[in-house]
Amino acid sequence: MAFQILLNFFLAFVWMFLKSSYTPASFFVGYFFGLLIIYVFRRFFDSRFYLVRVNAVAVLFLLFIKELFLANWSVLKLVLRPKLNIKPGIFALPTELKKDWEITVLANLITLTPGTLVVDVSFDNKTLYIHAMDIEDINEAVDSIKNSFEKAIMEVSR
Amino acid sequence: MTETEIIKMFVGIFILLGAFLSLVAAFGLIRLPDVYTRNHAASKSATLGVMLTLLGTLIYFYFIENHFNSRLLLGIAFIFMTSPVAGHLISRAAYNSGVKLWGKSVVDDLGRDRKKMNHRKS
Repeated sequence: MAFQILLNFFLAFVWMFLKSSYTPASFFVGYFFGLLIIYVFRRFFDSRFYLVRVNAVAVLFLLFIKELFLANWSVLKLVLRPKLNIKPGIFALPTELKKDWEITVLANLITLTPGTLVVDVSFDNKTLYIHAMDIEDINEAVDSIKNSFEKAIMEVSR
Repeated sequence: MTETEIIKMFVGIFILLGAFLSLVAAFGLIRLPDVYTRNHAASKSATLGVMLTLLGTLIYFYFIENHFNSRLLLGIAFIFMTSPVAGHLISRAAYNSGVKLWGKSVVDDLGRDRKKMNHRKS
């Protein structure tokens, strides 16, 4: 991926020298044409076309924003309700992610999901201990963690 | 003229919403029963509250005063990155120093697993 970006910059500079105009506009035009060239030759690189990964990062970021808003909505409902009827608790969640940064991102995402907060990670990096505001509607949260978050993170690291 | 009015209205909405969420976070800190549940309110509502306030300020200065303040953008980005980490660390530190869960809490898998590990060690 790093190699492709470097190549793209190189092609942009070549374009600038060919046009012999050194403005940011011609740099971006060159970058765009370089992107097209890399896209056409994408089969000859070891890794995927790098815009795919950039796209995956953007999807992950939007997921973060969406979860932040949902979490605020649920906390708001809970705090402003006249009676507190919650059943908090800590439950264990096994994760399939391996690398440290992946688990960090997943823990941050879980902290921003409605009603859940990571308390601890086990020593072998296999289990996350999550404090939940209401243990009864936890199935939904586990579902979204397993299906959407882990997949979105794997999409980036693959 | 009307454009600036519309922009001012949006700025007002953003900042008021941010202030409201901060208020909710403060309410949550008072009302909820123990460290862990209070942490929920603090780590979620406060994040979005501060972010929305900063966003409103950014929009105001960009459109009304024609001045793009990149430091506000940096502030938003860093709050977004650091506040979940802070929430996690506070609850972890609380658990490790032995703060009890609220009396009506249902399960505690972490305590169970810790006990198991201690048994195996001894």
